[in-house]
Amino acid sequence: MNLDSLTIALVGNPNTGKTTIFNALTGLRQKIANYPGITVERKVGSTIIGGVLHKVIDLPGTYSLNYKKIDERIAYETLIGSYEHEEIPDLVLIVVDSSNLDRNLYLATQVMDLSIPVILVLNMTDVADDRGITINTKAIAETLEIPVVAISAKNKSGVDALKSEVQKVIPKAPQPLKWAPNEALHEAMTLVIDEWIKPYTDIPERAQYIEALRLISEGEFIGAFYKFDDADIGKKVITKARGIIEQNGGNPMADEVLCRYNFIGECTAKSSQQTKQFKKTITDRIDAVVTHKIAGPIIFALVLLFMFQAIFSWATPFMDIIDLLFVEGGAWLSEAFPPGMLNDLLVEGVIAGLGGVVIFLPQIIFLFFFIYVLEGTGYMARAAFVMDGFMTKVGLHGRSVVPLMSGFACAIPGIMAARTIENWRDRIITIMVLPFMACSARLPVYALLIAAFIPSTSVLGVFTLQGITFFGLYIFGILIAIFAAAVMKKIFPSGQQAPFIMELPSYKMPKWSVVFQNTAERGKVFITEAGKIIVAISIVLWFFASFPKIDITDYTAESNNSETIESYQLRNSFAGQFGKFIEPVIEPLGFDWKIGIGLLTSFAAREVMVGTLNTIYSIQESDGENSTLKEKLINDVNPETGKPVYSIATAISLMIFFALAMQCMSTIAIVKRETNSWKWPTAMFLYMTALAYLCSFIAFQLGSM
Amino acid sequence: MDKLLSEISLPKIVTIRNVTGIDATRLLEMGITPGTEIEIIRRAPLGFPLEIKVRGYFLSLRKSEADCIEVRLDE
Repeated sequence: MNLDSLTIALVGNPNTGKTTIFNALTGLRQKIANYPGITVERKVGSTIIGGVLHKVIDLPGTYSLNYKKIDERIAYETLIGSYEHEEIPDLVLIVVDSSNLDRNLYLATQVMDLSIPVILVLNMTDVADDRGITINTKAIAETLEIPVVAISAKNKSGVDALKSEVQKVIPKAPQPLKWAPNEALHEAMTLVIDEWIKPYTDIPERAQYIEALRLISEGEFIGAFYKFDDADIGKKVITKARGIIEQNGGNPMADEVLCRYNFIGECTAKSSQQTKQFKKTITDRIDAVVTHKIAGPIIFALVLLFMFQAIFSWATPFMDIIDLLFVEGGAWLSEAFPPGMLNDLLVEGVIAGLGGVVIFLPQIIFLFFFIYVLEGTGYMARAAFVMDGFMTKVGLHGRSVVPLMSGFACAIPGIMAARTIENWRDRIITIMVLPFMACSARLPVYALLIAAFIPSTSVLGVFTLQGITFFGLYIFGILIAIFAAAVMKKIFPSGQQAPFIMELPSYKMPKWSVVFQNTAERGKVFITEAGKIIVAISIVLWFFASFPKIDITDYTAESNNSETIESYQLRNSFAGQFGKFIEPVIEPLGFDWKIGIGLLTSFAAREVMVGTLNTIYSIQESDGENSTLKEKLINDVNPETGKPVYSIATAISLMIFFALAMQCMSTIAIVKRETNSWKWPTAMFLYMTALAYLCSFIAFQLGSM
Repeated sequence: MDKLLSEISLPKIVTIRNVTGIDATRLLEMGITPGTEIEIIRRAPLGFPLEIKVRGYFLSLRKSEADCIEVRLDE
């Protein structure tokens, strides 16, 4: 019996159901966070087996320990115990897809070289059954000489069997190099270990075989993470080692892989049998339709339409309720506490800020629910397959489509959805151009300006100039996004380009527990991590708009009761001063100080622009009648020139500014969370605002000629 | 006759002859090893990526990756 508390690591290929097993083991006792300094998520939990608490780490999915991507490297580093942020695992559960044994066992043979106790978990045995594959668990255990547990999605007993296997005496570490490297490879490997790894590096001993093989295969020190003394000696040793293999007619890059696959072939020949032959599986039949050249894109468009219907319409009632709760709650609080600064801070700063965070939840929950269902079924990979050809033409990836389209509802869930793009570079470019998609928060601003300044002249009988302007703004955003993506593809160093090989997993019913748990996690991550930043910025913005406090006697003296107190306060606040301060800068865009205030306050959310203008223009008419904001904008006259403040050129310039500028603190906060650095949100803010300034400048100057 | 995988019209079953180029290591590790059979299933709307079946599972390959794989047509 094992009574020690262990650190257990789960490792496996992507799409092997690793997370399902992690969830089954840990239940709700799990934590999810980013690894320090990078975008990869770390999942850790605990499980109680026979009264002993064990720590469980779900390592990023990987096809090989010869890492090509940062998340694969973390899996490798954690396993060999050289990753500083993670404990050395005492036991590794190698999760494999039973319907795809060959490729999955490749990683397993690598992990077995690390001299750590392992248990092989044959997952998805039901899928293997469906494909007519019979697996002899005992034969695998005997060939590999490691404990093997079979699990299927259909019965829960597998997890109990796994638990009892963990509970048994700790299995001893498997014998490394079970796969029997050929003589030349063995000689080359020993050479690298004895003449380089042992004397010159501090890499842990358990990793020496894998590291030697990696160096021989790569032929250079790509992305080495450990300390070494004399790179020149290392390079000479590696060249010599590769020479040994080449002299024997081998290929240093391929020999290890071929030897491993030979061994795997022998192993599966003994243990796995294709008992029935299916001409066409359900997956084949579905794929014939959904990846069809013509039907495929149409089906994908329908799926997208359905998703957006959900984020746009179905989420709205929930957002209204949240809005109402926070407004009513704020009103109640403001009455319940004595008036004063603390009251204002609580209601207008904190409560409004919290409301601004929670309001995003319905859209995030809806979008991720659909994404996780589609991922769970295996359809997302097909959608990427169908769209990849189109998207690579504009410098993006097939998986960029869903995040970008979600951006039309709101950039926040869209940027979170970009995590489905595995390739880091494609993911960061998608995130960086995503805010150009015309999100729904821009709608009120567009609607106000178009209604006020664009004539409703009919065009071609069916359309109006107003409608065309609306449409034009959407297309403009898309075109700028495509342009920006193409430029970024040129700018960002490709570095060691990760190969882009995408697996198309077989269709299955989504695991509902996984769908719900993951969706809830995304909501939680947003609230706790991005939420902090959003509330903090809200409070700062509240402070700018409310201080310094006006003197009530100044107000009565200056305003002649023609201006509301709110408007007077805002004009004289830091925000008002800011508006006047930046007026010379934004004047070439056709903006005055009032718009300047709006540019600052709308950082809380773009639609706040409308509210701010409302407050500033809430000057009562002399005849006591209130005209609409639209009419006030049209009638506003510059006191110096006597000309209207807003021309069509100003309106168009302002709409272009809103289409392009990074006017959204929540986007900044979520980009910080998702990229795990302030570098990207800062770069995003600067380049988008600069581009907005440039385009608005050109538009206004051309329009005023 | 040896050809690049990217040049094969479908549907076809071919045998891998050689894997070269920048992505070769990962392709080999994914089980695309010389001597293994590949079934070319379909092409995406603009011709690429390519869907193949190898060792019982399905992979999507872009043109640059399919260019790394030399194959022989099975007659």
